[in-house]
Amino acid sequence: MTENKGSKILVFSTEKISDPAIDLAGLLKMHYPPTVYTINIPCSSAVKSRWIMHAFNKGFDGVFIAADGTDCAFDESCTDNTAKVISRTHELMKEKGIEPARLKMAAICSVCAEPFVKQMKSFAEYLSKS
Amino acid sequence: MRNKIGVYICHCGSNIADYVDVEKLKEIVAKEEGVVLAKTTMFACADSTQKEIVQDIQEKNLDAIVIASCSPKLHLFTFRNIAIRAGLNPYNYIQVNIREQCSWAHSDTPKQATEKAISLVLAGIERAKHSKALTTLKISSVNTVAVVGAGVAGMRAAIELADMGTQVFLIEREYFVGGRSSQWNKLFTTDETGQEIVAKLYKKIITYNNITLFTGAEIVSKSGSVGDFDIKVKINPRYIKPGCKLDWAKFEKAVEVCPVEFDDPFNFGLTKQKAIYKNYPSEFPEIPAIDYDKCNKCGECVKVYEDIDLNQKPETININTGAVLLTTGFDPYEPEKGEFAFDEIDNVITLQKFKRLIELNEKELIYRNRKIRNIAYIYCVGSRQLDGENKYCSRYCCTSAIHTAILVKNKYSDINNFHFNRGIRTYGKQEVLYTESSEIGDIFLQSFEDSPPVVEKQGKDTIVKINDILTCGKELEVVADLVVLVTGMVPRKINTIADVLKVPIGRDKFFNEIHPKLRPVETVIDGVLIAGSCQAPLNITESVKSALSAASKANSLISKGEIELEPTLAKIDETICEWCDKCSEICPYDAIIKTKHGGKIIAVVNETSCKGCGMCLPVCPVNAIQLIGYTDVEIESMIEALI
Repeated sequence: MTENKGSKILVFSTEKISDPAIDLAGLLKMHYPPTVYTINIPCSSAVKSRWIMHAFNKGFDGVFIAADGTDCAFDESCTDNTAKVISRTHELMKEKGIEPARLKMAAICSVCAEPFVKQMKSFAEYLSKS
Repeated sequence: MRNKIGVYICHCGSNIADYVDVEKLKEIVAKEEGVVLAKTTMFACADSTQKEIVQDIQEKNLDAIVIASCSPKLHLFTFRNIAIRAGLNPYNYIQVNIREQCSWAHSDTPKQATEKAISLVLAGIERAKHSKALTTLKISSVNTVAVVGAGVAGMRAAIELADMGTQVFLIEREYFVGGRSSQWNKLFTTDETGQEIVAKLYKKIITYNNITLFTGAEIVSKSGSVGDFDIKVKINPRYIKPGCKLDWAKFEKAVEVCPVEFDDPFNFGLTKQKAIYKNYPSEFPEIPAIDYDKCNKCGECVKVYEDIDLNQKPETININTGAVLLTTGFDPYEPEKGEFAFDEIDNVITLQKFKRLIELNEKELIYRNRKIRNIAYIYCVGSRQLDGENKYCSRYCCTSAIHTAILVKNKYSDINNFHFNRGIRTYGKQEVLYTESSEIGDIFLQSFEDSPPVVEKQGKDTIVKINDILTCGKELEVVADLVVLVTGMVPRKINTIADVLKVPIGRDKFFNEIHPKLRPVETVIDGVLIAGSCQAPLNITESVKSALSAASKANSLISKGEIELEPTLAKIDETICEWCDKCSEICPYDAIIKTKHGGKIIAVVNETSCKGCGMCLPVCPVNAIQLIGYTDVEIESMIEALI
């Protein structure tokens, strides 16, 4: 456990697509809140609802899926499948009284450093107000 | 569960240690259960550190290691090899990215960066505790490389690849090969012209059966991944009947009657071009072309040249390739209106245009009906910008300007060259040119970046003024017949390939390599490589060196017929699974098979078909599926460590 203040955001990034964008943001010294933590996985449609719920149960304020979108190297169904993960998890969140807006998804391509930083800043701001 | 874990925290020189308190980080993680060794190191990738880690693993019998350093995209395999050398399974090694995703991203808040680094390393330790010993998977790869851009770098890479037995598709957007080099005349050090070098390469290329050249062609889409990319290439028609015997007299007539005329991009507007064209006689392929985008299909040319076929249509072909090598080159910097009076005073031109002017003026140097004697060269235009975005040095321009100045002086009489520079960078062998130009009487005047020379009109004269630091800041002025802006390199303006392939772009807007020193021709997109001046300003020698490097890298990647992949596979717990078909339905690779097992029907993963995407994980209603390397226990223990 650390003492970082501010809304804590867990990001599920993808190794080939969105994680390089997050690296690029660092390379370009584009700053975003230091309370953003990333776990990378092969494809955004692989995120289990239980992982997201686990993050909320343990104290994360928000979860962001940095999705492959149409760039997914595995299959074009990725976008739909990731969206289904989100909607299924939103139902679970409602059951537990967690506001669905605390789980967000956006397609982050491999060079989308700026969009990623914008997403993190606005999500952190939203979470700090809610 | 691993319980003899070694943790190494890299300073990365100052890249990490300037923002993250690495000693504090070490102290905290050293107390973590299962960690038997924690060290900081100046460079984890250094040979001496690698040897030290091998020794630690062997002497302390470590069963897992964690290295907190740069992005795994850079050094994952370097560090896995350490594990292998020490007899540890490489999948018991975990890399934690505390540089790109911590010290650099949060360099504005070092205290918070340290806190974040602690969480990230603790999460890495959790992952290491649950890591399993695994073996890699192998997939087949096609021994084909698509080289995009048939300039000198692309053609040289194509030849090298073909020599190594790789099938090459060389894809050029223009109708002719050669790129920017074909616009250049004599080159240092050999005195060959750019056109001669291009011709030499083209003549060699056409002797290879395993090189296929497409001109007027562009990649429009890509699917698949390393070893097995499917790319679609759109090829614009040339409007010349294939296989016809070329009649140059009729071609000249067709050019004459073509009503579409515009500023010739090859000569930077010094001449006019028609829709049907060939830039110079020995341009290759030696077939004229009608520009698909410019032609208005009026049919006038067909009346005088029957081998023109305006009914030809663009076609799209599919190519299966193991890798893509980008050698798409650069654009010259186009000065802003008013930048050193560009576009305001009519005798201010760029270096690239000046080079074409020399080529087009055989006996006397004339520009806008004026005989040129005094030439003022202003250096670093569009490079090393104080306020603009181009902070980089374009590297080639000092040498190119001085070389051009010497050529001009040797070619024409009564030439005086004045070099308004910010410090000459004729590095390496090119320094002899600087000496030569000084010896033949060229004048060098120098200023700092915050007091550049000024170009202004005084009556009919164009004056260049400078506070020359070589003469104690004395204000000196030159009446110039021609002002040559020594413009550098910028990335291609039309760069659709970057969008199609999602090539990472660096701070300088050129294509970005994984690591400038250690992986200089690879990108983070596996199987997409870069070379030449699409990556950074480079001269021809340097471009060819990087092209050869990229060719070797591409060949070694795909030529073995198989590529090693991560052993990331879905695994179904047969004791939990009750066949429901959901995983099988969602799997894009038909990798899940319905099987009878122990008296019940269950799903089983076909390991040769599974690509490890994990799409099946979240749809299982009884959570029977785990992805190797990303199991619930690994992910959830990391989440707990991060919070």
